[in-house]
Amino acid sequence: MKNKKLLAKLSAAAFGVAVAGAISFGAQAEEMVSFEIVDETIPQSLTGKAGDPVAGRKTAINRKKGNCLACHVMPIPEQQFHGLIGPTLDDTGDRFTEAELRMRMVDSKVFDESTMMPSFYKTGQHMVLKKFVGKTILSAQEVEDVVAYLMTLK
Amino acid sequence: MKKLITTAIALMSAGLLVAACSAGDSNMSAGDSNMSKSTGENGISDNPDAWSGYQTAREGVRAMNDDDFENPVMPYVDLAANIYDSRDNKGNISCADCHGAPEDETGGRSGIPMKGVGASYPRFNADTGKPINVELQINKCREERQVEKGFKYESDEMLGMTALVNYQSRGMPVVSTAANPDDELHSAWQTGKDFYYQRRGQLDMGCNNCHEDNAENIIRAETLSQGQSNGFPTYRFKWQKPGSLHRRFRGCNKNIRAANFNYGSDEYLNLETYLAWRGRGLPVEAPAVRK
Ligand code: HEC
Ligand code: HEC
Ligand code: HEC
Repeated sequence: MKNKKLLAKLSAAAFGVAVAGAISFGAQAEEMVSFEIVDETIPQSLTGKAGDPVAGRKTAINRKKGNCLACHVMPIPEQQFHGLIGPTLDDTGDRFTEAELRMRMVDSKVFDESTMMPSFYKTGQHMVLKKFVGKTILSAQEVEDVVAYLMTLK
Repeated sequence: MKKLITTAIALMSAGLLVAACSAGDSNMSAGDSNMSKSTGENGISDNPDAWSGYQTAREGVRAMNDDDFENPVMPYVDLAANIYDSRDNKGNISCADCHGAPEDETGGRSGIPMKGVGASYPRFNADTGKPINVELQINKCREERQVEKGFKYESDEMLGMTALVNYQSRGMPVVSTAANPDDELHSAWQTGKDFYYQRRGQLDMGCNNCHEDNAENIIRAETLSQGQSNGFPTYRFKWQKPGSLHRRFRGCNKNIRAANFNYGSDEYLNLETYLAWRGRGLPVEAPAVRK
């Protein structure tokens, strides 16, 4: 079980024509990058670049992006009202590797199918509001930024 | 062209990931594991664990809820009371002509009182084979008896009239037997229940994720309730006016970035049928006041 290896490498050109017209006007989805899942981790950066922890902190706060404070208490004292749905995030840099956090951000359902935590780099959910169809909640670089920020929490 | 390609890839990779987790994980989905927790067996007796957003509302909000003079829905009820008594329609007949005064328990000439309506809807409409809720029933009379165009779903007139009707049932326990396989509403109930537990939207949540698994828990600045329907139409400070249950459904759907359904749509009527059953035994609180 633990050894499952998943290659999510896809060729862009191959599927393009088939879904012509399927996306709503005004959508500006960025091309989803391919990544490799190894033992419930994603070892490689999605973008090949290092994340920016300062930008990541902002993305985590942003209600239209990470909105992590809806569910987590975090060391972000200038923001009121931290939710209590998930555990407090104040030592993620000690407790997890970057590869684990990247998996957690991309698709936390890999760890627990029943989790309420959204999958931030995934599409194909049921009955998505039109303007978000085919789009991920965060971009690949935003995922990297949040991971970099979580690594600073020790 | 680039956009189109992206969608295809996105869908593909989502599919692969899903396949990967179902292969390696034996966890039950939230829906499966919690279905019987707070809703009991498919019973028809009252749900003893039900409680409404009144419980998690702040003191000041509750006070407004409880005091008819302060309750901000009452001006809408007054507006509706005037319409209720008016013969200014093509049928030249008022609601009161047939039903008596709203509080008349004998139901006037028709013998059909407003009291009890708010506690027992949605009901089964044999003409359509679907559930009918209070809004649609009001419009049924408006159209068939008063020969007028129905009120718009979210209009002040409709909100006021629904509040006026439901107010007559205040304190009465919500009744629903829709879980009973012999009940005419059973298939609507089942469809509504499936909707309730179906994850949806970009944030991928079912109603149960918030209102069952996390009732009483805090999500950002909100304390989650069980998401019960017994207080509708409800005044919300956020709306600065009363809103229907279906408006609330649309709001909750939108927050998780899920597609909305229309006011009075079959989907929401089925969901409403399920929620009435889920809150059976709760006192009617309409018109309620919430944050
Ligand atoms: C809708 C609620 C919700 C949101 C929004 C949310 N999470 Fe979570 N998160 C959870 C829950 C619940 C858990 C507990 C484990 C589980 O169910 O997967 C969790 C677990 C985690 C964990 C593992 C912590 C541990 O100690 O095991 C991390 C890290 C995490 N979340 C990071 C984030 C970040 C970063 C964001 C914002 C980008 C975020 N979460 C947004 C609900 C949420
Ligand atoms: C992301 C969490 C979330 C999800 C998912 C969600 N809601 Fe809500 N809902 C809320 C919040 C927050 C409120 C306001 C506080 C409260 O009463 O829970 C609310 C309130 C309600 C209320 C009003 C309760 C009252 O007493 O006034 C109803 C009814 C309701 N929701 C129904 C639903 C239904 C049906 C679904 C599924 C289609 C749903 N909700 C999905 C967060 C959610
Ligand atoms: C001409 C007589 C007449 C008028 C006028 C009339 N109704 Fe009715 N109403 C009925 C009858 C008969 C029924 C039951 C059959 C049906 O569903 O149409 C009924 C049913 C109802 C019900 C459902 C009662 C139950 O126990 O299921 C409500 C609520 C209602 N009417 C509200 C109104 C309102 C509000 C108005 C004014 C806008 C109105 N009615 C005007 C005759 C009337």
